[in-house]
Amino acid sequence: MLRLILRRLAVGLLVALTVMTLAFMLTRLSGDLAISIAGPSATQADVEIVRKAYGLDRPLYVQFFAWVGRAMVGDFGQSYFFKDSVANLIAKRLPITLTLGLVGLSLALIISIPLGILAAVRENTWIDRAVTMFTMVGQAVPSFWLALILMIVLGLHLGILPISGTGTWQHFVMPGIVLAFTAIPALTRLTRSGMIEAMASDYIRTARAKGLSRARIIFKHALRNAAIPVVSIAAVQLGFMLGGSIVIETVFALHGVGYLGWESIAKNDFPVVQAVVLVLATIYIGLTLLADILNALLDPRLRTG
Amino acid sequence: MSAPLVVVQAAQTTRVGKTGFAVGIVIVGVIAVAALIGNALVPADPFVQDLGNRLKPPFWMEGTQPEHPLGTDQLGRDYLARLIYGARISLLIGIMTVITSGVIGITIGVLGGFFGGRVDDVVLFAITTRLSIPVVLVALAVVGLMGSGLGLVVATLGLLLWDRFAVVARATTMQVRTLDYVSAAWCAGASTRHILMKEILPNIASHLAVVATLEMALAILLEAALSFLGLGVPPPLPSWGLMIAEGKDYMFFSPWVIFIPGVALFTLVLGINLVGDGLRNLLGTERLR
Repeated sequence: MLRLILRRLAVGLLVALTVMTLAFMLTRLSGDLAISIAGPSATQADVEIVRKAYGLDRPLYVQFFAWVGRAMVGDFGQSYFFKDSVANLIAKRLPITLTLGLVGLSLALIISIPLGILAAVRENTWIDRAVTMFTMVGQAVPSFWLALILMIVLGLHLGILPISGTGTWQHFVMPGIVLAFTAIPALTRLTRSGMIEAMASDYIRTARAKGLSRARIIFKHALRNAAIPVVSIAAVQLGFMLGGSIVIETVFALHGVGYLGWESIAKNDFPVVQAVVLVLATIYIGLTLLADILNALLDPRLRTG
Repeated sequence: MSAPLVVVQAAQTTRVGKTGFAVGIVIVGVIAVAALIGNALVPADPFVQDLGNRLKPPFWMEGTQPEHPLGTDQLGRDYLARLIYGARISLLIGIMTVITSGVIGITIGVLGGFFGGRVDDVVLFAITTRLSIPVVLVALAVVGLMGSGLGLVVATLGLLLWDRFAVVARATTMQVRTLDYVSAAWCAGASTRHILMKEILPNIASHLAVVATLEMALAILLEAALSFLGLGVPPPLPSWGLMIAEGKDYMFFSPWVIFIPGVALFTLVLGINLVGDGLRNLLGTERLR
């Protein structure tokens, strides 16, 4: 068990390092950073000053290792635009994104697990087909569009929720619903197929033969086994949701990390862009690690690694 | 390293049946035909502005104009013409992205699945790394830093969306590699290249076709999201995502400006997914685990 965790941890670190390299290369794509920072009206002399001030006159590999070295201890440098340290900015914004992610995931699980069970125990009936159709529809709805429709219906016509902003808990309801919607199709299908597989297994036949009640079979025996992939996918899904929340945060002007990423891309604020990519990737890596460990705890067969 | 968890995701099974497949083909077919010849049939030009005729409502509402059946946008451009032109852009980006990401992902996946060992470790590492990268953010950053454009959007999405191709190609290659006809080819003295191209690829193609539909739908949705955030297809090209973004400021008083392109986007993506689902059932690729 410990060996498995250590091994996954090592792989995770290696992935994080690779992502750092990619994030660094990404912000160098546009060519000369100093020119972009100084702006279109800058003279050659201004550009030189900017280049010196941000250390961009050093060789690329020196810049890279300096960045990696400091990022390791949580120092991501200064934002060009916000006049604050990048670490501070992210620390301020991260709770908002995490709250949104957790609200979205909870809503998604509350809806998709019962739906998946329902479809599985009524396999090949109209209920099953309706649930399947619902997941197909859910998959095809563009999240930013759903966000706008909710704004019109819940915000304008019914007037029960604020349309945008970050102030109160009500501001998280609509974004949470939209974010949940992005995860519901996958989670529902997974619950359904897991339940169907579990219901067809030998131990369920045994349970039936023992004369256990239907409810007991479904919830006590089948669900426990079907839950294993759902739990691990849910953790991974949360990682995807946090990465994808940039669109939703931007639509609702919810000032989380994703919104920060979008703002800094629009403002050529490279240190922030690099850091946001890295932070989101690290969270994802951490969540997959967590999923692996949870999996191993739930299913002893996976513990040998 | 064990296989990434997305293997399970790629293998989700649904069963909407033959009706769904037929509906999907009709939807995709109609939209494809519209994209190809639609602008020749609609008299209005998608780019011509008419500021005297701004935000005219579509045919089912009052105050509509017969020459603009779907109304006009905030600059008085014909919405139907723009919608049809937008279909061309969505389909083009979807197809080109799938080709790019397919070539990358299938190559990586087949090599990993076929050779195993160290090669496979590297492949799995590449997939794991790719999955940890937040797609929308990185795509936005690339386009934001390098300037928007159709080609760049395709290249960016292509470089980011190969993961599912790689996962499925790898898993299926592993299954096929041990089958009798591959052993027979070895014994007949076939080269590795021959076996990969003539024995492995044709036999995993059906699985890859299903992935291609999923990825195409995803690419179209992502392009719309990028364009919606202002960092995708540049104006005045009528991408559906861009149309929604441009209509956003008017949506509270003229909701159809976001409603129409959104429904178009939803219908196309649903159609492609239905085709993919139908293919999966038809080709019997459900066992893939």
